[in-house]
Amino acid sequence: SRINSDGKPAKFQPPPKPVIIDKQKQREERRFLSPEFIPPRGRTDPLKFYIERKDMIQRRKVFNIPEFYVGHVLAVTTADPYANEKSSRFVGICIQRGGKGLGATFVLRNVIEEQGVEIYYELYNPRIQAIEVLKLEKRLDDNLMYLRDALPEYSTFDMNMKPVSRLDSEEIPVNKLQVRMKPKPWSKRWERPKYNIKGIKFELPEKKMKEAQKWSQPWLEFDMLREYDTSKIEEKIWKEVSEALQK
Amino acid sequence: QGLLRRSVSHSFLSFASITGACRAIQKLTRVRVVDNSALGNTPYHRPPKCIHVYNKTGVGKVGDTILLAIKGEKKKALIVGHKMPGPTMTPRFDSNNVVLIEDNGNPIGTRIKTPIPYILRRREGEFSKVLAIARNFV
Repeated sequence: SRINSDGKPAKFQPPPKPVIIDKQKQREERRFLSPEFIPPRGRTDPLKFYIERKDMIQRRKVFNIPEFYVGHVLAVTTADPYANEKSSRFVGICIQRGGKGLGATFVLRNVIEEQGVEIYYELYNPRIQAIEVLKLEKRLDDNLMYLRDALPEYSTFDMNMKPVSRLDSEEIPVNKLQVRMKPKPWSKRWERPKYNIKGIKFELPEKKMKEAQKWSQPWLEFDMLREYDTSKIEEKIWKEVSEALQK
Repeated sequence: QGLLRRSVSHSFLSFASITGACRAIQKLTRVRVVDNSALGNTPYHRPPKCIHVYNKTGVGKVGDTILLAIKGEKKKALIVGHKMPGPTMTPRFDSNNVVLIEDNGNPIGTRIKTPIPYILRRREGEFSKVLAIARNFV
């Protein structure tokens, strides 16, 4: 109503200015550098890594590779000459990310019709047409290979799953799920400290857990020759990559 | 004693490997029959085993024919998936899957529920009937 209690017309009050949340700024604050950019420790010429990075950036300009970690549920469409409509879609949980440079790979696992299927994809393979992140969720470990020996319910994901919506906030939720395993024998002895797995609910007797600790190597974390401090390298590469991608 | 530890159930669907070395299919590998044929699904006290691989090397990959010993009979079969990782971008299954086949290439069962890799479509001529009864592709 434009009329005051006095009877005079009220002065026009402009609406409050909208608060613009600059998403780009927020994204820059959360710097994510894909692990395949970080060169492995060695005596190779940095020029080789520089040239590889240029090729990787070139591919990323054409095709968007989203940020994802181990434990995310992804849907990948690849071009396949033998599939109907020439493209096939696979949904699965990422259990491992490996490789450096252009040979970076990730493994997706799913259980279809009680049969476990794993596909070993290459990130920079030109056959990949789209990668969508359906569920963002980090797990307690970097390597979820133990899902092969876990009960199949932990690896089943619906092929027609809809992407779970989430706000573009800073943090990616960590799922502290403790997975229950099938009876032993397993493909690897996951209770041993060298795998350092926190995401399994071990229902083994105390005796077995103590016996597994016999193989622990507590001196490894203090070994100075194994140290590889990547913080400065990451900063440099992050600057390089973000500048190149913004052009 | 190690063999007795495993539960001897007639459902050979739950496989845990005893030997883990060569994970493609060769002589004496225990195999899982995936179609709905009577031979493949009736329980027997011994799991179906491979006795010969029709290949120059004795190692069978996806798309190779093998000779199976099931229920005291010899039957040919087609490998549709194995535990060994193959070329990148191809699926790797958690069990060695096989489809029973006649000598002329006709499948014995009428339906295949488990997913089959798209690579088999390359040899559409030989496996057209098997691909026709398959439901899911990966």
